[in-house]
Amino acid sequence: MSICSLDKINVGQQAEVLELKTAGAMRRRFLDIGLCGGALVECVGRSPMGDPSAYLIRGAVIAIRAVDSKSVIVRSD
Amino acid sequence: MKFAGDIHQNCAHCSKPCAKGSQRLTTSNYSLTTTATIALCGNPNVGKSTVFNALTGLRQHTGNWAGKTVSVAVGRFETTRYSYTIADLPGTYSLLAHSAEEEAARNYICFNAPDAAVVVCDATCLERSLNLALQIMEICPKTIVCVNLLDEAARRGISVDLERLEKNLGVPVVGTNAHNKRTLAVLTERLDELCAGEISVNPPVLRYIKPIEDAVELLEPICRDYLKCGVPPRRAALALIDNDVSLKEKIEENAGAKIADNRELSQAIDSAAAMLSENGITPDTLKDHIVSCILENAENACKNAVKCGKRRVSKADGILTSKAFGYPIMILMLMCVFWITIVGANYPSELLGSGLFWIGDRLSDFMAFIRAPEWLSGVLVDGAYRVLAWVVSVMLPPMAIFFPLFTLLEDLGYLPRVAYNLDRPFAKCKACGKQALTMCMGFGCNAAGIVGCRIIDSRRERIIAMLTNVFVPCNGRFPMIITIISLFFVSAGGLLGSVLSALVLTLVILLGIFATFGVSKLLSCTLLKGEPSSFTLELPPFRKPQFGKILVHSLIDRTIFVLGRAAAVAAPAGAVIWILANVSAGGATLLSHITGFLDPFARFIGLDGVILTAFILGLPANEIVIPLAVMAYMQLGSLSELAPAQMFTLFTANGWTATTAVCVIIFTLMHFPCSTSLLTIKKETGSWRWAVVGAVLPTVCGVVVCAVVNALMG
Repeated sequence: MSICSLDKINVGQQAEVLELKTAGAMRRRFLDIGLCGGALVECVGRSPMGDPSAYLIRGAVIAIRAVDSKSVIVRSD
Repeated sequence: MKFAGDIHQNCAHCSKPCAKGSQRLTTSNYSLTTTATIALCGNPNVGKSTVFNALTGLRQHTGNWAGKTVSVAVGRFETTRYSYTIADLPGTYSLLAHSAEEEAARNYICFNAPDAAVVVCDATCLERSLNLALQIMEICPKTIVCVNLLDEAARRGISVDLERLEKNLGVPVVGTNAHNKRTLAVLTERLDELCAGEISVNPPVLRYIKPIEDAVELLEPICRDYLKCGVPPRRAALALIDNDVSLKEKIEENAGAKIADNRELSQAIDSAAAMLSENGITPDTLKDHIVSCILENAENACKNAVKCGKRRVSKADGILTSKAFGYPIMILMLMCVFWITIVGANYPSELLGSGLFWIGDRLSDFMAFIRAPEWLSGVLVDGAYRVLAWVVSVMLPPMAIFFPLFTLLEDLGYLPRVAYNLDRPFAKCKACGKQALTMCMGFGCNAAGIVGCRIIDSRRERIIAMLTNVFVPCNGRFPMIITIISLFFVSAGGLLGSVLSALVLTLVILLGIFATFGVSKLLSCTLLKGEPSSFTLELPPFRKPQFGKILVHSLIDRTIFVLGRAAAVAAPAGAVIWILANVSAGGATLLSHITGFLDPFARFIGLDGVILTAFILGLPANEIVIPLAVMAYMQLGSLSELAPAQMFTLFTANGWTATTAVCVIIFTLMHFPCSTSLLTIKKETGSWRWAVVGAVLPTVCGVVVCAVVNALMG
């Protein structure tokens, strides 16, 4: 169990979202895709240049840039 | 419920009132066939457009990436009981946030008072789909939840218990597979029953955490009394405490009253805000709480209705986006598409050309027969018709091959992976990874690529994508680049030759992609300053493409569309070219005056006056640049074609060197886009200013690069 930001979790690792530390458009976008407190996220891959990464969120695979996922605080197992 | 005749909503595609419904009234005895309006909603990329097409028979193009429908398309279909008008709303994830699409969808549901809503949900991620469905049900209780992509879910070990889901949601739930028309019969049947009031709906009330619930309860009764606008009072109350400005404005507009004018209401809003802040809920966290509550409701509705297998990420993804294979596969795929296009288009092009030119000769005969003056025959047949025939025969076959191939990759879901692979460099240029998709489209036709930029959310990034789209060579420029490559750089013939040509062509394209990055970066630092916007890109599962539909869609939607636009400008341009080539002043044709005038500048950038003039006169369609140059060199009166060997002799006799060839290729890649693309930029940005930038920018790049290359090589 450790608390870190979403961009730090490895491919194949699962995590639970604790908090979104961002405001404005990106926060709304996160909420749209169901990324809010309590949501389960799994990192499923990275693009060839290491960024963005693909996350499995509520059944859909969504690519997020590290600069944005940095503001998602998660608890990973 | 409205009776037929009440609605004369125009059909989105023909802008005429569709007469189907009224015809029915006059021909049948029972005049009780009623019409009903349906709003079709759903997340992006859940097969909403496919459902729409299957219901209405309209060909609205669907693609396997998020965000295809940008405006509201309206279609019609009939059942035995109703004549339906159905509005295909833009795909959205929720009705709370404020993108243009979400506002359009929300306003339609709130204020157009549809008789019923159909929410298309993705069985593979039902929770997220229900997030939207619950919000829609809150406004329009007469909703049918249509769980689509059940077959795909089954393949991934996800099963959905539709009866249980129906019980949980309190509205009809149907399972569909939009590719299978029979499954839609259930949908229309229940739609009939719902509209007839034979099904009672009882959607759950969305409950929030206590402080928000208290605030809503405080405002709800006042909203009920004062804001009669079609929005349910509870939803209106939520908009007020959430300070949803755009919805508030629409509510005021529809209720015909200002919220600020009502003292009781304003006071209640203030005390609701005070109550929330006492409980530590700021405007920012409020939205979070609202969304989490709705998502929690969605989770609960799914809880005993969805059985989940573990989502496996497709093996293909592991390869297609891997460090080792991601880029090589992309480049290989690109080369394959070009190779098939080039080789496949050769023969049909020749056939079409000789057919059309044969007709041209008969037209000339006819002109001679009716003793038309020579100039008239020249302008019409040798000018307008010949250029038109040229453009059609050179443009049609490659497009008819390229667009289906492109649509195949699109339907398959490969293109979002391209955007995923390439996002990093685009982000470095402060642009959007989806620009990669519009570039792919640009290979077919830059005008189509520019229209495709609509999938990019941020305006700044969208304009960058539009302005740089011209750096990918379209089908109109391929043949030209290939001709010069094969004349000057690849001597081998046959299969080896065509593979080598494709290789050199790929290098040229890489140069164009390099220019795209450079100019995107430049624009981000100058004219279109800004930071990259919020970026999330959905990677949909790979789907089996529907070959028949691909052929029809890509031929009708893209090929014919592009061809029509090009033909419309080619004919008049042909007339102008003929006049320039045949009218003399001071002992030389107008054309030679122009080429002479441009020659010194053209020499400076490694071209010559004739080539530069050909580029300028080729503004309507780049296809005619080479034939124009041949015409000018040989001092003929109309566009001409030569066998490769003769063309090589002609060009070298007119002073072409390897440097000239390189500069021509570079200038082909980087110069003002064709007139159709410029008009499209103007239309999409709403300003001539960007169209001018779109013409000047690549031309300056081309001139600079050509001048440098000329100085280095020459």
